[in-house]
Amino acid sequence: MGTSGGGTVPGQGLTWSLRGRGPDDVPVPADEGPPGGLPARQATGRGVRVCVVDSGVERDHPLVGPVESSWVVVKDPASGSITVEPTVTGDTCGHGTACAGIIRRTAPDCEIHSVRVLGERFSGTGDVLMAGLRWAVEQRFDVVNLSLSTTRSRFAPELHGLADRAYFGRTVIVASAHNTPVESFPWRFASVISVGSHQEDAELHLYNPDPPVEFFGPGQNVSVPWLGGRTIRTTGNSFATPYVAGLCARVLSGHPSMTVFQLKNALYLSAANVHAGPRPSTAAGDTSDDSEN
Amino acid sequence: MTTPRTDATLPPAPFAVPAAPGDDARRELLQSVVDVARAIFGAAASSVFLLDEEADELVFQAVSGEGEEFLVGRRFPAGRGIAGWVASSGEPMVVDDLSQDSSFDRSLAESTAYVPDALMAAPLISDARVLGVLEVLDPSPQARSGVRELDLLAMFARQAAAALRVLATQPAVSAARPLDGERREDALQLLGSLERLLRGTG
Repeated sequence: MGTSGGGTVPGQGLTWSLRGRGPDDVPVPADEGPPGGLPARQATGRGVRVCVVDSGVERDHPLVGPVESSWVVVKDPASGSITVEPTVTGDTCGHGTACAGIIRRTAPDCEIHSVRVLGERFSGTGDVLMAGLRWAVEQRFDVVNLSLSTTRSRFAPELHGLADRAYFGRTVIVASAHNTPVESFPWRFASVISVGSHQEDAELHLYNPDPPVEFFGPGQNVSVPWLGGRTIRTTGNSFATPYVAGLCARVLSGHPSMTVFQLKNALYLSAANVHAGPRPSTAAGDTSDDSEN
Repeated sequence: MTTPRTDATLPPAPFAVPAAPGDDARRELLQSVVDVARAIFGAAASSVFLLDEEADELVFQAVSGEGEEFLVGRRFPAGRGIAGWVASSGEPMVVDDLSQDSSFDRSLAESTAYVPDALMAAPLISDARVLGVLEVLDPSPQARSGVRELDLLAMFARQAAAALRVLATQPAVSAARPLDGERREDALQLLGSLERLLRGTG
């Protein structure tokens, strides 16, 4: 991303357009393919930092494993000021632990961090959620799992800006679609990876040819870790989302230079319902009369 | 703010207020909601909690089945447990195999002396505000853990919330009558809440 950081030549900090420079001035070191063109080894999420923005994550759950750091968003009821602080309180509900467990199952070697935005006081999904997500983006986590959304439209513009900032900052926000057909955010934004549930038993993901929700993951009757070191089964988009977040962590561990848009493309190409077909006989490039150019 | 007062039906003295005609209608409505929810899902029990934002608590307002005799009026922290997550997130939730989990929803389990094996919960939402939570405990095995069941519960909860909203607007019809002290206090609190809502701070 072009930025207006200090030390740049005036006029060259922002890339509104490329003036006076050519391809050699903007080299992009992309990830190399596997050596010798062989299939890449199985990616496990190693080296990828994933943040679960939810109800907290239970420590020492055998199906979650190590939690690298735990934070809580605290809102002072008197002043209304919001801070993010370290915490040892674990999970207030089980939902965040379930999400972390699905991520661990999918990307076993990733780093899991937690920021709790629910359970301190009843706060709804408004400013506390917003603060937790903003904090996670500022920490430059590689992947943020957000199995939550807010229906409060007054937060939409700020969430939109935050989602775009994350997208260009190479923090991928993987966000659940709401479980009921209501308008909520940030999953509606194109700069996040939005996820809903499919009803297949298999652990696979599908691309939705009819967005706004872009991908579907396993979200029905999913076995998940819960409070007390135990396991339950549950249903909802909340649990399809960490599966896709885990896939993102795996892809990024094999291709750490990927941008969010490349990551989306990787998910698209690897979706179980996306198949390469024969080219249509009248491809767009063949039929357009572009002789003027 | 259209959130019904959550303390109107509580038996303990500090919260008790005289029953008003609107309270009776609301009680009947909520009882009907939990009775029907229990029947739809072939469940052992169903409950409605309403949110008391000031106290930061969820309050049992109606119960059908297990706990019917003693749960109404019980309170627990609004941010805790599955009902707390549902109220905070505004999302429905379905969980199964809970009885394997000894620490499940401890505050609720301690207050109800009943730990279900499966639980479905959906928020009661009106005008983008969470009024409370509808829970269904131990639905029949055919009616749990599926996306369709989750949808059905969420739709039913939406209907219940809409009915609550209609009830909440009814007192306006009798607004010409003078209000007694406690009703007046209720009305003033409602106005205060409405003002906070309009100012965007509620």
